[in-house]
Amino acid sequence: MYSVGHSEERKDGVAKVRGTARYVDDMTFPGMLHARTIRSTIACGEVLAVRHALEEQGFTVVTARDIPGENVIALIADDQPCLADGVVRHAEEPLLIVAHPQRAALWQARVDVEYHARAPLLDAERSSTIFKEVQIDKGDPGRGFAAADVVVEGEYRTSWQEQLYIEPNGVIAVPENGGVTIHGSLQCPYYVHAALCRVLGLAGGKVRVVQAVTGGGFGGKEEYPSMIAAHAALAALKSGRPVKLVYDRMEDMAATTKRHPAVVRHRTGVTWDGRITAMDIDVLMDAGAYTTLSPVVISRGALHATGPYRCDHVHVRGRAVMTNTPPNGAFRGFGAPQTEFAAEAHMDRIAERLAIDPLTLRERNAWRPGDTTATGQTLGADCSALDVLCEAALRTDFQGKWRRNRGSGRGIGLSLFFHGAGFTGAGEERLASRAALELTAFGARIHVSSTELGQGAHTVLPQIVAETLRVPYEYIEIAPVDTAGVPDSGPTVASRTSMIVGGILQRCAEEMRDRLGSLSPEEYLELHGPLVITKEYERPPGSVWDEEHYRGDAYGTYTFGCNVVELEVDPVTYEARPRRLTAVLDFGKALNPALAKGQIEGGSVQGLGYALLEEVVHKEGRMANNQLANYAIPTTLDVPPLDVVILETPYRHGPFGAKGLVEAPIDGPAPAVINALRNAGYDLRSLPATPEKIMEARCGST
Amino acid sequence: MSEERGFSRRKFLQGVGAGALAAGAMPDLARGAEAPEDAPDLAGPGPVPVTLDVNGVRTTIEVEPRVTLLDALRSRLDITGAKKVCDHGACGACTVLLDGRPVYACSMLAIAAQGKKIETVESLAPGGELNAVQQAFVAHDGLQCGFCTSGFVLASEALLRQNPRPSHEEVLEALSGNLCRCGSYQGIKKASGAAPGGG
Ligand code: FES
Ligand code: FES
Repeated sequence: MYSVGHSEERKDGVAKVRGTARYVDDMTFPGMLHARTIRSTIACGEVLAVRHALEEQGFTVVTARDIPGENVIALIADDQPCLADGVVRHAEEPLLIVAHPQRAALWQARVDVEYHARAPLLDAERSSTIFKEVQIDKGDPGRGFAAADVVVEGEYRTSWQEQLYIEPNGVIAVPENGGVTIHGSLQCPYYVHAALCRVLGLAGGKVRVVQAVTGGGFGGKEEYPSMIAAHAALAALKSGRPVKLVYDRMEDMAATTKRHPAVVRHRTGVTWDGRITAMDIDVLMDAGAYTTLSPVVISRGALHATGPYRCDHVHVRGRAVMTNTPPNGAFRGFGAPQTEFAAEAHMDRIAERLAIDPLTLRERNAWRPGDTTATGQTLGADCSALDVLCEAALRTDFQGKWRRNRGSGRGIGLSLFFHGAGFTGAGEERLASRAALELTAFGARIHVSSTELGQGAHTVLPQIVAETLRVPYEYIEIAPVDTAGVPDSGPTVASRTSMIVGGILQRCAEEMRDRLGSLSPEEYLELHGPLVITKEYERPPGSVWDEEHYRGDAYGTYTFGCNVVELEVDPVTYEARPRRLTAVLDFGKALNPALAKGQIEGGSVQGLGYALLEEVVHKEGRMANNQLANYAIPTTLDVPPLDVVILETPYRHGPFGAKGLVEAPIDGPAPAVINALRNAGYDLRSLPATPEKIMEARCGST
Repeated sequence: MSEERGFSRRKFLQGVGAGALAAGAMPDLARGAEAPEDAPDLAGPGPVPVTLDVNGVRTTIEVEPRVTLLDALRSRLDITGAKKVCDHGACGACTVLLDGRPVYACSMLAIAAQGKKIETVESLAPGGELNAVQQAFVAHDGLQCGFCTSGFVLASEALLRQNPRPSHEEVLEALSGNLCRCGSYQGIKKASGAAPGGG
């Protein structure tokens, strides 16, 4: 192999270690202003009056009345205003944008807002406004429960999680060519492009979006940059100057999206020998004040709610409901970490009820190739749930340790999980992503809108092309991500880039290779002139999806994983200390093993944070601990040794067998931790497992 | 960064004053030459001259006493390798070396850094050739998004200069003041253990 399967050095590595990579806050433009967002301090009510004397002090002030197009951040339901116009639906809702040549002056901008406050709705379980409801039905649950020997019920709760990309959100808007150019820290340049056209009332050609080097996203820079870009663009157009709008950490944590809190209820029928006969699952997610991406998050959550287990009779209901908190949004895993946490914690409770061990219960029920999912999708030969399970159990001597530990204050826990790769249902067809490949004198240049966020997209995509063209990796370049120059290859989300965009590029490269024949690139260019090959996504043959009834192939395929967590509970402080995390993942093919390992480790670390440390404290709908000092994320001292194992069961429609990778690793750690705590003698059913909760969950107290 | 540039920027600032800030067009400045953080029309005791020795070059700038070393580096000297993440001494992304010791530049005033030798990540590979620590970070994939990286590289550089063969625990301890949300800790630890001391 030329490049695929080799741990090539990331193309962005040298600039990053030298400190020369320019992130958005490292850039300035002549005459640039700095902007700040004035936000609501109440969670619900009306704005009666806004008073300030900012214009006299040299500020540019933007209100809803300055919006030339529609006052909306276009996404799915178009219900979120760009700037609140009279009505406030969540704390931190943007009211005004102020801009000034001096950054320090922004904090002295005095704005008095008079409100008529109303009691906010903060409890999702009491909300009657449903943004999206999905139902999945398979077989006849009534029959399934009739065939059961035992019915096990359980309720599981998860809370918010902050993405906490280390680089705060930020953009610079530059007035240009009768329109505006955005340079920003973002995942999805064409989302921003579409949203700006609507807010500014501009034709597509007048709006240009360029990705700056981006310091992490994890989903947190999927939808929110459209909001920030719109604010900066409005200020730029009003002032006629470039405008930089970079959030500080506290603002970013308080105002931007987080992982949806969820309540998941399971009712499961099982036989005494451990076969699942029926599942009835209810998933409720707190969407916050606006629809944003919640319909898709609840959909993915519901589709992953059964866990990777065979069952003929299933009913899943999922609802995303409105509350008066800042909208929740995309975060690595996208609804699946919540529902897979519930499914896996529930499995261990079922095992306990049946007096069998957690591994045996999973072995009996795990999907095999040819089994069908809750939507009736038949799993292909790449379904390796059982393989990852067995590998993880053997490697850790799971059963032996599980028996020895019981109730000892030491625990071992296991989670088996899966993750649908790419957009849900017909999403990829609707996106109709395009990618282009341009022949250069030595190799080729890739043109895609897929962004490098640290996950390695701009390293792995060139590897796929290098391999297909049979040229060295160094000869493949990647064009800057700029909507003026690259086709729309879809958003960089949903673990889709290597598998979907990589697949399109592979087809481009195959055609390029055929066209070249025996000519070298240089000879070809001399003889025939420039060569650019553009291709569009093609749905794998035979796959079908019925959006209305949630039947069919919900995803092209699934990645499988198994985590084992070993931990100790401090008998005095009740802190759970992970001692080892084993992560076995099968995503078809490790296109770049070192980078893949980094993704598994990174996702596992975030998953451990979700399990043990990360807690968002809300007071009256506002985040109260919006600082790094009191929202704890894992440091080097919190991370135990990680044992990462990669299995490669190829997917026949993925480039070189590859499936999606980057999200799956975050699905497993939280349930493995909770199950390890159960093994140690603590019955927990909610996240995070803080010392307070562990103390309350002592043996016998539940 | 040269003495001359520091001088010309100083002259520029004196010449601009508050009036030009209100004017529509600003002069076409070099990248990084932002409007000052400490403009005279804001409250405060007013700017004072501060001389900083950054990466071997001494530069005098006029800043208000309350301006942090991080803001002085980033906004006044256009040295942007140190990043602003929390601005509260909680993440280490703004790490610089002060007389060889790692400090959080966001938690220190520029005036307090006078007379000390300040090193930022940019000084480690002046001619473009990566030093040993930087090479180790690339080789062991000790980074993803890169936003925490300059802080980790400098924390690790400081450790290895002082202690060329640190134990595993010493590495963990030395890096525990820096956060990496991408979770590249395995690669970072390997890089810090693998790089020969002294950079
Ligand atoms: S920015 Fe200085 S410690 Fe976080
Ligand atoms: S590499 Fe992204 S935060 Fe460390």
